[in-house]
Amino acid sequence: MTDNPTNPIIQVNQLFRTYRVQDKTPGFWAGIKSLWSRKYRNVEAVKSVSFTIQSGEIVGFLGPNGAGKTTTLKMLSGLIYPTSGSATVMGYVPWERDDAFRRSFSLVMGQKNQLWWDLPASDSFALHREVYSLKKDRFEKTLGQLTELFGVEKLARQPVRELSLGERMKMELIAALLHEPRVLLLDEPTIGLDVVAQIAIQRCLREYNKSRGATIMLTSHYMKDVEALCERVLVIARGSLIHDGKLSDLVERFGQEKLLKLHFEGTAPPEWVTQLGPADIQGPIVQMRLHRSEVAAVVGRVLSHGGLIDLGVQDPPLEEVIAKLYAEDSEDAKAGLNG
Amino acid sequence: MVNHGNVILEPPPINKAPGFIGSLRKYKNIMKVSLIERLAYRGDFLLGTVLRFLPMISAIFLWKAVYQGAETEVLSNYTYSQVIAYLLLVHISRMFSSMPGLAAGVARDIRDGNLKRYLIQPLDFMAYLLAYRGAHKMAYIATSALPYLGLFTVCSGYFETIPSLATISLWLLTLFLSFLLGYFFELTLGMLGFWMLEVSSFLYLVNTLNFFVSGHFFPIDLMEPAGLATILKMLPFQYLAYFPAAVFLDKIPAQQILPLIGVQILWVVFFALAARILWRLGLKRYSAFGG
Repeated sequence: MTDNPTNPIIQVNQLFRTYRVQDKTPGFWAGIKSLWSRKYRNVEAVKSVSFTIQSGEIVGFLGPNGAGKTTTLKMLSGLIYPTSGSATVMGYVPWERDDAFRRSFSLVMGQKNQLWWDLPASDSFALHREVYSLKKDRFEKTLGQLTELFGVEKLARQPVRELSLGERMKMELIAALLHEPRVLLLDEPTIGLDVVAQIAIQRCLREYNKSRGATIMLTSHYMKDVEALCERVLVIARGSLIHDGKLSDLVERFGQEKLLKLHFEGTAPPEWVTQLGPADIQGPIVQMRLHRSEVAAVVGRVLSHGGLIDLGVQDPPLEEVIAKLYAEDSEDAKAGLNG
Repeated sequence: MVNHGNVILEPPPINKAPGFIGSLRKYKNIMKVSLIERLAYRGDFLLGTVLRFLPMISAIFLWKAVYQGAETEVLSNYTYSQVIAYLLLVHISRMFSSMPGLAAGVARDIRDGNLKRYLIQPLDFMAYLLAYRGAHKMAYIATSALPYLGLFTVCSGYFETIPSLATISLWLLTLFLSFLLGYFFELTLGMLGFWMLEVSSFLYLVNTLNFFVSGHFFPIDLMEPAGLATILKMLPFQYLAYFPAAVFLDKIPAQQILPLIGVQILWVVFFALAARILWRLGLKRYSAFGG
């Protein structure tokens, strides 16, 4: 099976996934009782999710904890079956776990350790070569390119346990890329890393995507990752997709507010500031949220009073935009329940 | 800084699945690579081997007292020297058939979700673990060879006869089969992790019983009443410890050895199938319920 350029590389259609979880009543007698009579309830982790991803895209997959991100990624990598719906990745149905499918994709889940702990990463890479039956020259070429790209040439011969968290994550990613997957699914690739390591990993992923034309789908709690890598984002909340589009549209739609920051002389702002509207005052620093259209008028009034050391107008952080999207969605859900 | 210009744009290759012969070579190579990993722990192996000798000393004194107390040269066809030789040989049997932590490790991988790692790769989990355990055994046997050679030299007085070359060949065959039997038996137990949250106390029980019924502590023939020994010889466990040692000591009539090796092979096939079936069923459940 080859991918036709007109066909999307990932196609997800009306995917549902329901988990059965045990309902546990707390307490000793309830615990005894649960030995013979167990109550279960169904939790809909993913509800009617549909989307398509084109070859070569980097797509961010966002949502609060428990929204269904990981469940969706697990279905796309063939680890679990959906309750209903269909999906294809590179033309394969993932949960049929075709050998050819497994040879051409990679899933990296956060800090899950694939590497042998007490040995140098190069030994784990050698195992990887055997698992994927890679040709020696091709393997060595790819390995050389990847270690150079990630800047870890000197670390491959050092036991993994002696590496820092960031270095280890780089090695994990190299292991995941050695067979040159065409589809890369990443669940929190930068979790727990410092800014330097985060930026390095972002750069490497972008480079891999560009040089191989690989498709990447990633979840992350670091909005910086998403901003740096993804043009397009999917946002999922309580199992359903609530946004599928450009990241800039999302900011446009929910970024109507600006953050105005004023730094006054002395230890406290002058009295008249409170008349401007609700403000967060900490010492001489005042922060206000304003609608884009109000900013010019408010700044004009502030400047006419004087007594200012510094003034700044910023876009709210992406975290806030996303949080607003979630909040709006849960209000919709409540309204739906009441109505 | 990294030289970005060096990464060449080229289409990713289609990685072809190897055929049957290719697969054999693949798992052979995995075994070779795993051997390097296991040799990193050769110090542990060496210490483990030496520590295993210590109970041997108390066993020698214990059996001396037993034979003196019984006031007889022969108990159930075993002389005092033969019992000691048997206990030494059982060490060799266990060296092949014991799989420390295999069942518990498989169950833990299932429970903690580490199974994912094997499921997304083009790997057969059971073949991979067999290659890995094979490497483990080779590393272990290689590091233990010298201390065992020393022990057997010191204790050579307990061996009354030197077995024929044919017997030694059959003994080696039964040892290899006991490795396979031990592997598939433990693997079958580990698969229970798909259904049970906590397997450690169950495994403890099985391992403790296994010591008795496999003939680890004394030859099964000494079991009273004699009916019990007959029953134990019908179970698969004797092939993990008793059977290879008994072959070496010529305790099994020559015309019975080959048929019994056939039975040993059948048990290997039985547990290989059981593990495979449980794996299939468990995976269905895993994919359907959690993961």
